[in-house]
Amino acid sequence: MPALPLSMIWVVPALPLLGFLVNGTLALARPGAKRAVSIVGVGTLVLAFAAAALAVVEFGAQHATAPLVFRYWDWIPAGELQVPFALQLDQLSAVMILIVTGVGALIHVFSVGYMHDDPGYARYFAYLNLFVFFMLILVLGASFPVMFVGWEGVGLCSYLLIGFWFNEKINADAGKKAFIVNRIGDFGFLVAMFLIFWRVGSLDFAAVFAKAPAAFAPAGALITAITLFLFLGCTGKSAQIPLYTWLPDAMQGPTPVSALIHAATMVTAGVYLVARCGVLFALSPIGSATVAGVGALTALFAATIALKQWDIKRVLAYSTVSQLGYMFVGVGTGAYAAGIFHLATHAFFKALLFLGSGSVIHAMHRAYHATHSHEDAQDMRNMGGLARYLPWTFSLMWIATLAIAGIPPFAGFFSKDEILGAAFAEATVRPAWYVFWALGLAAALLTAFYMTRLMLYTFHGPNRTGEREREHLHEAPWSMTGPLVVLGVLTVAGGALNVPPLFGGVASLERWLEPVTGVASRLSPLVEVPHATEWALVVGAVLVAMLGIAGALRLLRPETLVPARLAPPESGFGRILWKKWYVDELYDAVFVRPIMWLSREVLWKIVDVRIVDGLLVDGTAVVTRALGWIGSRLQTGEVGVYVVGFVVGVLAVLVAALR
Amino acid sequence: MLLAPALFVSAVLFTFGVAGVLLRRNAIVIFMCVEIMLNAVNLTFVALAQQLGVAGQIIVFFVMAVAAAEAAVGLAILLAIFRHRQTLNLQNINLLKG
Amino acid sequence: MGSALLCITMRNPVSSALWLVVTLFALACLFVLLDAQFIAVLQVLVYAGAIMVLFLFVIMLLNIGRATRSDIKGAWGLGVGVLLAGLMMVQLLALRFGAPPQQLTLPPGAMARAAAEQGMVAAVARPLFSTYLVPFEITSILLLAALVGAVVLAKRKL
Repeated sequence: MPALPLSMIWVVPALPLLGFLVNGTLALARPGAKRAVSIVGVGTLVLAFAAAALAVVEFGAQHATAPLVFRYWDWIPAGELQVPFALQLDQLSAVMILIVTGVGALIHVFSVGYMHDDPGYARYFAYLNLFVFFMLILVLGASFPVMFVGWEGVGLCSYLLIGFWFNEKINADAGKKAFIVNRIGDFGFLVAMFLIFWRVGSLDFAAVFAKAPAAFAPAGALITAITLFLFLGCTGKSAQIPLYTWLPDAMQGPTPVSALIHAATMVTAGVYLVARCGVLFALSPIGSATVAGVGALTALFAATIALKQWDIKRVLAYSTVSQLGYMFVGVGTGAYAAGIFHLATHAFFKALLFLGSGSVIHAMHRAYHATHSHEDAQDMRNMGGLARYLPWTFSLMWIATLAIAGIPPFAGFFSKDEILGAAFAEATVRPAWYVFWALGLAAALLTAFYMTRLMLYTFHGPNRTGEREREHLHEAPWSMTGPLVVLGVLTVAGGALNVPPLFGGVASLERWLEPVTGVASRLSPLVEVPHATEWALVVGAVLVAMLGIAGALRLLRPETLVPARLAPPESGFGRILWKKWYVDELYDAVFVRPIMWLSREVLWKIVDVRIVDGLLVDGTAVVTRALGWIGSRLQTGEVGVYVVGFVVGVLAVLVAALR
Repeated sequence: MLLAPALFVSAVLFTFGVAGVLLRRNAIVIFMCVEIMLNAVNLTFVALAQQLGVAGQIIVFFVMAVAAAEAAVGLAILLAIFRHRQTLNLQNINLLKG
Repeated sequence: MGSALLCITMRNPVSSALWLVVTLFALACLFVLLDAQFIAVLQVLVYAGAIMVLFLFVIMLLNIGRATRSDIKGAWGLGVGVLLAGLMMVQLLALRFGAPPQQLTLPPGAMARAAAEQGMVAAVARPLFSTYLVPFEITSILLLAALVGAVVLAKRKL
């Protein structure tokens, strides 16, 4: 295999960009050319994955300890601020590009089947390709501004894809909500960038991380502020408290979009950011504690909400929020490899879960469409007993459920366990971490419970879909089931990526990432605990998971469910959970309404109408007319008046000349 | 030798001319007041020419020539206006009103 | 001065004209006193003789010899006019009285010497036809233009 120079790494993001351009043109000119769109859309992703794989192999062969930075052109030469457009290939970005292109390619294949009947087919693939492009820029960027371009770009594509069926207001609103909430986080990112530049004088990753230990006083106010602002950006992009509210609404978009953007890639950008800036977070104990704490709290909080959601995608959305919390606990504790490991395994099983639910929804849609029914195809109360109609989906989703619950030997077990282990270890040094660990453990219990609940209501028990619909339920075509199988394999085998020494493994991922995370680890070393404690933790975690599954199996009665249209409304504590702890309503009352009032009453009525229109625009006209009126009054046509003016002028000149 | 009083007279005459221009309505009388002003200026020039050379008197010469020309043309214009408007009251002659 | 005052205040235009003639004569006498005999003669001949006659012709031609009721402007105009004239007087006198005294009593100078040498007329004429020849010629053209213009403007039918 010829070894291309690694400076050609730009090919990896360029391929999806090309796909976007071609598909975009097709979307505008020939929306009906579905075959061409599919080939281009999927093809560019597959090629990108191949290129990424080649690049990573080549990179690995070089055994580089420092990142390889490739500068392509001078993007912002502004005096002291020099920002080249540069891409960086190091161990961390290598992992990320493989995940993005690999899982992305699988989802593209799935979309061919899922979106086949949609009139916006070409537009969909154009946006999806654009998204992958921006995500690759994000993870390959060699400096904060380049990463920010990707950051903003994926936010844009998220908006476009969530509101893909924009003809319905609820979808458009969801897109808007995602973008606006994201923006609040972006403000944090920007402020952090300004502060970093102010102190360090550069925004390149290499320069910043090299100078950081010297430039910032450890645990000082400035570095804490920077890390907190960066984390604000992460809460927006990765849907943590307090900016997570957009993610459940984002489920309005097509299911493959939810799989790609809101499970596997975009929402992980925040985790990537913290891992990338590990040096900065290691210098600020308060910053990293905040990251871990918010992550742990979010993990539990979201899990509680997922307990009482009826829409299958909503459950998965809150599950994503919760799992992201785990990842933040990992990177906040300084266990960067563990966090990234969970990022990877989560990408596998969450994408599998989403695509599986897409397969379910697809079948339900087909059924309802055939009988012209208007029931909700995504409500679990309308499902039930689908195992006999969708056997492949059924088995694969159970694999994913076991993985997410943390049952060995599936992928999720290893990654989740490592995070909890690291948290517990840190707790021996910093007691606050005991709380985080406990929150994480409780969240694990709930995770197992609600995922089992999802499986029970969807696939087990009697079928509630309806007599006539039942005959239309069947498995999805291979274009959709194929990727599911691949993801299933990855879910099962993914644990092998980073088997810890405890089980006799060599922790491959951790060693691979060492050149990147090593600096941060040296600044804030991870704590080791004796093997016995580790075994105890592992066994404890598995027991908790099994408790959750068993509890769900015992306590829940799918037979007692009724179809959605007949279901009684929730009441009591269940109602609070179902209403998501009323957080959306709270935000609406505290933020949205006052701002809208301000905009309407003050900014519109007073500033715009009175000041801008009245004073500045009309006022200018009035003044001009007045001046004109004065001028016209002077032109009387009478010589006498002119002479008076003349004499006045002469006097003035005399006075001036004689001073 | 008579510089100071001459300049004084000149100033006063000029002022009278201005007052006349401002205060009279009849066009011809206004014209005459302009002539007064011109004469006042002539007086100044001549007074100063005593010391500063003959150039002053030469200027007076030219001023008189120009005044003659101006008087001729001006009166011709007044004639033409009078034929149209039958009045020389300047307040009524406002064709240029804008 | 007095005659000038009378000139501007008389109602009857003819009276104004006649007082103007008186003013001109007075000025001619002043010119003589100021060593400008040639100019004095010129004043009488050209100004008083030709220009004032022209004025009187026009007055007679237009038959406005009668005194009209209100030739002097009303209250507003009066106020403005007096105000401005007063200011101008103040200015000019300030100029005269503000200047240092020695400038105002110069010894008999250039003019007297020139006149003594070659006679007054020659003293004026010689520079007129040498240094100031061009303005002289241009003035003659100006007079031609004025002549033509006056004839054209005053015709009843062109």
